[in-house]
Order: sequence, then structure tokens, then C-alpha cells
Amino acid sequence: MFLELFFKLRKAEVPVSITEYLTLLEGLDKNLAGYSVDDFYHFARLSLVKDERFYDRFDVIFGEHFQGIKAALDEIFGEIPEEWLRKQAELFLSKEEMEQIEAMGGWDELMETLKKRLEEQKDRHQGGNKMIGTAGRSPFGAQGYNPEGVRIGQEKSRHRRAVKVWDKREYKNLDDSVELGTRNIKMALRKLRKFARQGAAEELDLDGTISSTARNAGLLDIKMVPERHNAIKVLLMFDIGGSMDDHVKLCEELFSATKTEFKHLEYFYFHNFLYEGLWKDNRRRHADKTPTMDVMHKYGSDYKLIFVGDATMSPYEITYAGGSVEHWNEEAGAVWLQRLLDVYPHAVWLNPEPEVRWERTPSIKITKELMSDRMYPLTISGLDEAIKELLKRTH
Amino acid sequence: MTQSRFTGTDSYVATDDLTMAVNAALTLERPLLIKGEPGTGKTQLAEEVAKALDTNLIQWHIKSTTKAHQGLYEYDAVSRLRDSQLGDEKVHDIANYIVKGKLWEAFESDKRSVLLIDEIDKADIEFPNDLLQELDKMEFHVYETKQVIAARQRPLVIITSNNEKELPDAFLRRCFFHYISFPDTSTMEQIVNVHFPSLKKDLLSEALKVFFDVREVPGLKKKPSTSELLDWIKLLLAEDIPAEELHGDDPRKAIPKLHGALLKNEQDVHLFERLVFLNRKKSAQGNVDPR
Repeated sequence: MFLELFFKLRKAEVPVSITEYLTLLEGLDKNLAGYSVDDFYHFARLSLVKDERFYDRFDVIFGEHFQGIKAALDEIFGEIPEEWLRKQAELFLSKEEMEQIEAMGGWDELMETLKKRLEEQKDRHQGGNKMIGTAGRSPFGAQGYNPEGVRIGQEKSRHRRAVKVWDKREYKNLDDSVELGTRNIKMALRKLRKFARQGAAEELDLDGTISSTARNAGLLDIKMVPERHNAIKVLLMFDIGGSMDDHVKLCEELFSATKTEFKHLEYFYFHNFLYEGLWKDNRRRHADKTPTMDVMHKYGSDYKLIFVGDATMSPYEITYAGGSVEHWNEEAGAVWLQRLLDVYPHAVWLNPEPEVRWERTPSIKITKELMSDRMYPLTISGLDEAIKELLKRTH
Repeated sequence: MTQSRFTGTDSYVATDDLTMAVNAALTLERPLLIKGEPGTGKTQLAEEVAKALDTNLIQWHIKSTTKAHQGLYEYDAVSRLRDSQLGDEKVHDIANYIVKGKLWEAFESDKRSVLLIDEIDKADIEFPNDLLQELDKMEFHVYETKQVIAARQRPLVIITSNNEKELPDAFLRRCFFHYISFPDTSTMEQIVNVHFPSLKKDLLSEALKVFFDVREVPGLKKKPSTSELLDWIKLLLAEDIPAEELHGDDPRKAIPKLHGALLKNEQDVHLFERLVFLNRKKSAQGNVDPR
């Protein structure tokens, strides 16, 4: 019965499964979401959505779904004959409420004002105390507070409070396509943890000690194990300067988050694209360059390589020798990138540019191809995807 | 059907959607996962639900070292080993060394109890997965004694999370999920009323105004939450500060009294003071604007 809503949610990539849908139906069967749209909304959200990041998307879809019914009514709204309105109102209003209307000056007066307002009003209106529309305190329109309100375009009945919760979209800032803060980045990076016992044995292995003591017929036999720590090694390469200036804050946040998360973290800077040299201190970029070859030799292929850059430049800077804007490069940037990728099978490119621009910028397209599509936007969900990619085993 | 419903208590204000969440979890016997900003009363919810349903609350606080099986039972091998060396008679029955966990306790209870699994995200990433079967079927197997412990009454399981780790999909699918959003002004008023019924109306509205203004300050590391507001009001009452003193209109007194209760972070206090200072300068300039 709510299959349409269910599939709309799936289409909007809210992760709902059949289990959740059946739970929803089970709840409806047990009369949990009784008779009001509000209750239904709350219950549907409770059973279908499992993360507050999807609340906003759910609100939008839910709104759309129920707006569909309403929109049809809104369209013919201007032409509604008074008789029809009266009839609808009589259907929806209880006896007491009708009496209240009478007390407010009678039906005719109410209709008169409604007509006037209809003329004043052009656009869809929401909130406010005067106009017709949804969620207001006007005597007209659906889901208002006013007890003598005329309910127009509200599918089914019996509401008491009803501001349209889903229309408020309170959860907008929880959607994960928005930019990230340091803490968020840390959260995302936590997934890049793989604990392993390495180094000197200095922790008492209680279980091991007990079992070996028991095997030893009760004579104490102490076992030690090395401490667990994050065994992931990360090599971070930042694009710096030029078009990256727009994204400095984001990159700073990413950088400070990664620095505290990893024991084995090495970082280098580059400008626009990878060439034969990298540097660690941006102020001394010309004096203190590390040859890219040395980096590849020094850090083993168990390092995970993360590029951070907008990859926005002239395509020549990637594909031609001598294309670099800063110096004469003997070999094309693409060659150097390929070398790095050969050494480090686990590599991703994080791009702070919005994903919509990628298709339109040729240099981003080229870089993405060189990375065999392993380019991700610098958002929480992008970071998640990137980390999943990094943790994949090589075949 | 003797279905008891939860509608909030005299010391806890539950919004409509929260009430719905608790009642749905009660009716359909599914665990309820609660998330929300710190200080919005996630843990307290379990206490209040237990109180409202007049049943006992079993609390299981999760730490980073907590393992799933600790909630079921633990086999105390060390004492058995010791007893065996002392020649104690107890040692022959392994059941003497099985220590019951919180889940076992909840399953055994005659009345439907409320089980709180607090801050599940603190535990290891695998922790929720290890509890799937137990929470789904509400039974588990004790290997040492070869018995099956099944719940006499399916307890109401309330799980809280602070979002430090993402929970696995399989786990989420079995739960109801509710996010406690930050209360709006009218709900907040109700909450304060419940805690301080004798509070003067004007002081309350002034305090709420200041409180929401402070929350609006951009760049705060930790926004003050409900529990901080309640603390602050407690202080205001103790100091007997009249409502007029909270007025933000007077630029010289723009920093609210006792703001230390609201802002818990040195940087936040500095940021706040700087903003207030800037504001004051701006309004001072506005005042001397020559015509």
C-alpha cells in the first residue's frame, strides 16, 4: 500500500530494505500509527530511516509523496465553488467545530473572508497567520492551528496539532553531502583502522596465561602479547597554492584530523600535479625538494596513498613534458602519477571541487581516468567511499 | 491486552515522535536506538520509561573494552583454578563459575524489564554484530553448561549512541531508530517548567532567549544543551538574579550572568566574549552617529 513511497525512498538512496518495510506494515497492522498523518509520518520515519543523515531526504520524499495528492487539489483551488468548499468543510468539521464557526460570526462571513484572501493570494503559501496554504494559523487552508479553520486539501482527517513536520526540514544540516568539520573527518578516518599486534610483547595475555597454566597442571605460566595499535600507514599528498586556495580550510581540517589519527603518516605537497619533486615545507619549496623517486623507494607499497587536490589546471600540465607552470619537467605529469600508482596499489584522489563540475573540467576527467575512477569528493560520504576503496584487498 | 503506553512522566517531557518511538518499540518488541546531541536526555529516557512502566531498569554501560559476551555471561576461570588448587568442592560444578551478564539478568526477570545499552558506539566495531542474534531471538546458548537461556518476557531494549562509530546495517535493520532533535522554544519551556515549577515567568522567558541566542553564536565548539540550561537556571535561582539583569539590550551588560554554566570550553568563552565586545563597539558607534 505504501509501496510507492518505499520505492521513492530507495530511488533517493535512502537505504531501506524489505525488513523495514514489513516492520512498517506490521506496525500499521497493530494500529500504531492510528489515524493521523502526523503519527504515520513519525512511525514511518522511525521504522524506515536508520540514520539522522537521511532524515532530510526522507522529509523531502514524504512531503512530495503526500503533496502529490494535495497539489491536485491546489490546482483547482481557485475555481472551487463555494458549495463544494462548504460540503468539504462539513465533511471534515465536527459538530462542535461547526458551532465554533457559528460563534465566530457564522459561515457566510467566513466564506466572504476566504474569497477575499483567495484574491490577494497568488503563490503557494506556508506559515503565517493570514494567507491560505499549509501549516499556518489562518482560518483557511490545511493543517492550521485555528480551531475554526477550513481544512482544504488534507487527505484524511482527525488532526489536532499538525504543523507539517516534514515540510520544516529540520534535519537539513545532518545530510552528509555537506562539508565536513575536523571531528567529522576523524569519525570517517576511524574506519581506516586496522588493529594489529606488532612490536615487543609487553601486555599480559590473561586468557593465554590461564589456558597454558591449566595445561601445565596448575603451574603458573605467564604469556605476554604485544599491544594493539593502528597498523595502517598513510602517505598524504596535498596540492597547494593556485586554485587550491579556495579549499584551504577544508584541507587544513582534513590534515589536522589525519595527523592525530595515524601513527604512520607521511605527507608531501605538490603544485597542481605530480612531477619529479615533492616538498614538505611549503615556504622552502624551491630549496628543499625531495625527489619523487626517493619517496617511492623509502615508503613501502603497504602505504596507502591519498592525493588531495582539485585537479583543475590546463590539460597540458598533465599530458605533456614541459607542461608544468612552475618549472621545466622532463617527463609528463601523467607518467609520474602512473609510477606512483604502480608502487602504491591502494590509492585514492580526494577532490574538494563539487562533483558536478568534474565532467566539465577536462583536467579532472583526465586525472580521474588515470586514477582508474578512484576519485572521490571531499565530503563525508566521499571520504567513506574512498576509505572503503583503500581497505579493499588487491587481487 | 494490558498494553501500557508511555506518554512521558512528570519529570520528563517526551515529544510526540519520541512517545511514538517508545510505544512502537513496546508494541512490536524491537530494540530502540536513540541518537542525539549530548545532553538531550538519551540515557534519562530509559530511566523514565522504566519509571512510567513501573518496572526495573537494567543498565549496561559500554566501554571501549566491553565485549558482547560480557552482556550474556562470563566464565570465571581464574576462581575455578584457584578453587581447584585449594581443593574446594565447588569446583566440580562448572555452573558455579558462570557469572550472569546484564542481558541474562533482563531475560530472567519475571516482569518485562527495560534494558539500557548505553553508548553502544564506544565499543568495538564488531560489538553490535555480536549481539544480533541475542537481540533478535532474545535467547542465547551457554556453552559451558549446555543450556539455552530464553527471555521469559522480551525486555524493552533501549540503545543509545553518540555517533562515534557507524553501526552495521544488519544491526540497524533490526532496530527502530529515533534521533532526539534539539527541543524548540515551547518544548524547552515545558522542560524547564517540569524541573523548576516555581520559576518566574519573565525570568524563564529571558533565560530562554539568552540561551537560544548563545546557541546561535557561530563557531562554538560545544553548543550548550538542555542539561546545561537546567544547570544555569539552577544557578540563576540560587543567586536570585532578577529577570531584568538578563536583558541583552544594555550593551554594558551584554555578557549574560554566570555564562560559565552554559559554555564549557575556554575557547568558546573567549569567542563569545570577543563577539559581545564587537557587538558593543558596533552599537556604541551607532549611538554616536552624527547627523
